[in-house]
Amino acid sequence: MSDISIKIIDRDGVQHEVDAPTDMNMNLMEVIRSYELAPEGTIGICGGMAMCASCQCYVKSDHELPEKSDDEDAMLAEAFNVEDNSRLGCQIHITVDLNGLEVELAPEE
Amino acid sequence: MIKTDILIIGAGPTGLFTVFEAGLLKLKCHLIDALPQAGGQCSEIYPKKPIYDIPGFPEVLAGELVANLMEQIKPFQPGFTLGERAETIEKLEDNTFVVTTNKGTKHNAPIVAIAGGLGSFEPRKPLLENLTNFEDKGVAYIIKDPEVYRDKKVVIAGGGDSALDWSIFLADVASEVTLVHRRNEFRGALDSVEKVQHLKNEEKIKLITPAEIVALKGTNALEAVVIKKAGDNEEEIILEVDSFIPLFGLSPKLGPIADWGLDIEKNAIKVDNTLDYQTNIPGIYAIGDVNTYPGKLKLILCGFHEATLMCQSAYQRIFPDKRYVMKYTTVGGVTGFDGSKKEAPKAVVKKIE
Repeated sequence: MSDISIKIIDRDGVQHEVDAPTDMNMNLMEVIRSYELAPEGTIGICGGMAMCASCQCYVKSDHELPEKSDDEDAMLAEAFNVEDNSRLGCQIHITVDLNGLEVELAPEE
Repeated sequence: MIKTDILIIGAGPTGLFTVFEAGLLKLKCHLIDALPQAGGQCSEIYPKKPIYDIPGFPEVLAGELVANLMEQIKPFQPGFTLGERAETIEKLEDNTFVVTTNKGTKHNAPIVAIAGGLGSFEPRKPLLENLTNFEDKGVAYIIKDPEVYRDKKVVIAGGGDSALDWSIFLADVASEVTLVHRRNEFRGALDSVEKVQHLKNEEKIKLITPAEIVALKGTNALEAVVIKKAGDNEEEIILEVDSFIPLFGLSPKLGPIADWGLDIEKNAIKVDNTLDYQTNIPGIYAIGDVNTYPGKLKLILCGFHEATLMCQSAYQRIFPDKRYVMKYTTVGGVTGFDGSKKEAPKAVVKKIE
């Protein structure tokens, strides 16, 4: 077992501290869905292909995240409510380095 | 009025496969889809992505899967109402339903199968304060008739294929085409990107990047847009235009179906998964990604299964007095409504001397 702890602020501004497994090939969007922190159908609409921006979140902590792929970058270029710290949750793979990560879900479009 | 046995709302993989299963039962189908082409998400969002969990297909591109399904259902001659969104449903005295689209097309059937996936695809609208005030008064999200823009000043926003392609097309129609995108890079077919580069060099398209449209101006109709240029030379440009076309792709919304009186949970339609995927309204079924039940998985293969059971139930509903026994296609073959017949070749029985 190698869970990490992540702080997630949902779309209503409520903060949740959740355990995320590093050994289940999960990404941040899936972690958020597994805890149902956003209603089904409002997050992860494309399933995690970086083809919608429904899992956009703002990264609040200064963790070093993997670089954006061209797909993620292009999707964020067309998304709304984008900030400098915007990322697509589905493109952030849960690893031990992300212990203590703090993110806030972007508003639903 | 279009009449059919099973009216399918949504022409994605689940909706398409329903036509096949219904066809085996000699039931006719008609499909309605808000998109202009069949295939749903597979065609609209990820046609070039490989899928690995379709039974019997180690790998198949989403677009190919749709093409195969279209081929498979061809003998059953499905009807299509494409580019129209199912808007209202009405139950008649004879227990059949009338579904009317946003364009007023009426469909009548004893069975309605909602295979609506994530909902109908609607254009994504940029977050601009007075945007809706200018809809149809200079702002449009879909280009229906390019001639509307003849000799007009047009600004297009977006960085994908549709923004590129329409900029190219309108360069020859409009008097002025300006393309605004938040990045210098565009995501589209290489061919389109190069064509826009070429038209920019020829000064037929004005390119403003990295920039964003931040405000709209006008009294009754749109008169100008405010473009905020980012980067080193940050500035605000006021551009006089007749039309603003934001092309930020499509996103699915459950839409009018949500108001049909169906039990909805988690943005999906609750169905009876112990039997036939019927909703709380008898005669209306929900199959594929649009439904929910305990243990639901949004997988194409699950949609196929749901469609199959749903058709059996639909048959019993239409013919309550008939005793039906399921027949394998290896036994019964496939007899199309077009007169075609596919069946297993008969084994040769011959004596070996």
